Amino acid sequence: MSDDLIHAPAQYQAAFQKSPGYWSGVMRRFRRDPVAMIALCVVLALILMAVFAPLVAPADPYRASMLRRLRPIGTEGFPLGTDELGRDMLSRLIYGGRLSLLMGVTPVFIAFLIGSVIGITAGYLGGKVNSVLMRTIDVFFAFPSVLLAIALSGALGAGIFNGLLSLTVVFIPPIARIAESVTTAVRRIEYVEAARASGASSFTIVRVHVLGNVIGPVFVYATGLISVSLILASGLSFLGLGVKPPEPEWGLMLNTLRNAIYVQPWVAALPGLMIFITSISFNLLSDGLRSAMDLKS
Amino acid sequence: MTPESAPLLQVNDLTKHFPLSGGFFGRSAGVVRAVDSISFEVAAGETLGIVGESGCGKSTTARLLVNLIEPDSGQIILNGKRVGGEMSVRDMRRQMQMVFQDSYASLNPRLTMEDSIAFGPHVNGMPRNKALALAHDLLSRVGLEPRRFAGRYSHELSGGQRQRVNIARALAFSPKIVILDEAVSALDKSVEAQVLNLLADLKSELGLTYVFISHDLNVVRHMSDRVMVMYLGKIAEIGPVDALYSAPAHPYTRALLAAMPSMDPDRRTMEPPLTGDPPNPINPPAGCRFHTRCKFAQDVCGEEQPVLHILPHALHLAACHAHIPHSGHSGLEARA
Repeated sequence: MSDDLIHAPAQYQAAFQKSPGYWSGVMRRFRRDPVAMIALCVVLALILMAVFAPLVAPADPYRASMLRRLRPIGTEGFPLGTDELGRDMLSRLIYGGRLSLLMGVTPVFIAFLIGSVIGITAGYLGGKVNSVLMRTIDVFFAFPSVLLAIALSGALGAGIFNGLLSLTVVFIPPIARIAESVTTAVRRIEYVEAARASGASSFTIVRVHVLGNVIGPVFVYATGLISVSLILASGLSFLGLGVKPPEPEWGLMLNTLRNAIYVQPWVAALPGLMIFITSISFNLLSDGLRSAMDLKS
Repeated sequence: MTPESAPLLQVNDLTKHFPLSGGFFGRSAGVVRAVDSISFEVAAGETLGIVGESGCGKSTTARLLVNLIEPDSGQIILNGKRVGGEMSVRDMRRQMQMVFQDSYASLNPRLTMEDSIAFGPHVNGMPRNKALALAHDLLSRVGLEPRRFAGRYSHELSGGQRQRVNIARALAFSPKIVILDEAVSALDKSVEAQVLNLLADLKSELGLTYVFISHDLNVVRHMSDRVMVMYLGKIAEIGPVDALYSAPAHPYTRALLAAMPSMDPDRRTMEPPLTGDPPNPINPPAGCRFHTRCKFAQDVCGEEQPVLHILPHALHLAACHAHIPHSGHSGLEARA
């Protein structure tokens, strides 16, 4: 019968109309959004800057000098001034991006993987499995996220790894909850019922019909969390629970420079400005993704 | 349709009550009697129409038939084999497929039409190439040129085209029975007619049996051999389409038919045949469930639940005390 349709002559193959896929449509709409594109460029620039910090930074971020402490912005040789130990601010900000971005992105990414699995499992299976998983998640929800991060880091001890771990734990509950609610909604849509009526196993239905329709909104939500993670990580460093001196990290730099706020307010505000730019870029990026993924727009 | 032969599908005392979990610990705060002990048969090759108001249990019945919802009790016997007993649910689903009302929600927006249709056969062990070839064959069978439509996504198709794809998907298993749950209700009238014609053609070509669920009495009359009228999870009346439309026995069926829009300006419906909403299915009225809205209701109707009773004409059954001799009801014509 129609096997000849698959192994058809060339003129048939040429006539076959394959629509562009969903993700290529998302890309097309995303590229038309100027705000999202600018945000994407800023994020990429920040990432490149952090990755190639040794090549980009004009000076050694660790070299201190008591003779040139707290120079203002625009000082010769130190375009963004110096910090309280006389280290080059520009170089420290560039190097600081490495740890700050690491602590902003990694916990969210790991929490995205773990939270999605928990949320999709709970949402698709429903019933008792859902109750057990989601009520456990709710226990973590009972704590304010800042408090939870501080408590976990405090209990585990200061350090980058413990900071990452505690931030990951903080972000699993909200991501799991979003994944659960989206999955619960998708599970009731008729194409999933039709797939069940075709006798497919739960795993296959989740893989083919649920995952693709759930992961998008969850991913958008997770990118929005990157900025929160960045701020929380900076907060941990600010409290002395994350990164330890003399490592450059924006939150920690903000902390140590706060004593200099009356002497050199502009220099002291620079790490905060970096946190602000980074987090707002991630937020705008996730907004742009959200509207690009909306099929109705 | 030969009434003597064993029916293709037989449903015995099918019941589904949905618990309302209200309390903190999931205490049940009552049950919705969505489908309450209904029994019917579908013969091979016929079309059974199911009609009724919203919330009467039509769609729940459809979902129970293909086991998308687990029934509380009752038997579904397909081809003489009990589903869940001699026949597994998986085997049943190869013989009984369903088309849903919402053509858009029925198709995964991330899948092409060929993938949507090929999914079922593929997960049941057909190699992907063969499943795709089958999908192309089915697309042309439902009147969609495979070259144009196989690679499309659902949002690029019109409602009628999407519903054709859904029909193709249901046919991918070569089922014996297709359950059409309001399958044409959401379509424009002109498109609806085309899809109905397609369904009629497919039925004769492939020797299908339909369970055709709709709230549109004209469409049901056009499509069905027999019609079943449901009210609040119960069967009010079931019978051959001509007998049921020309001589409706149950007052509810009469009211439904009287509510049909007429094309004749001289036969306008002047007074509403039925007023009010159906009672709450959580606490259905005692006795006959229709007695609260029935203008023929008498004392017995509020006390005793009527059973389906065979009317003088063969194969026409109604659950109404007025037709049951010695029930204590003086009959429909007495007060009317």
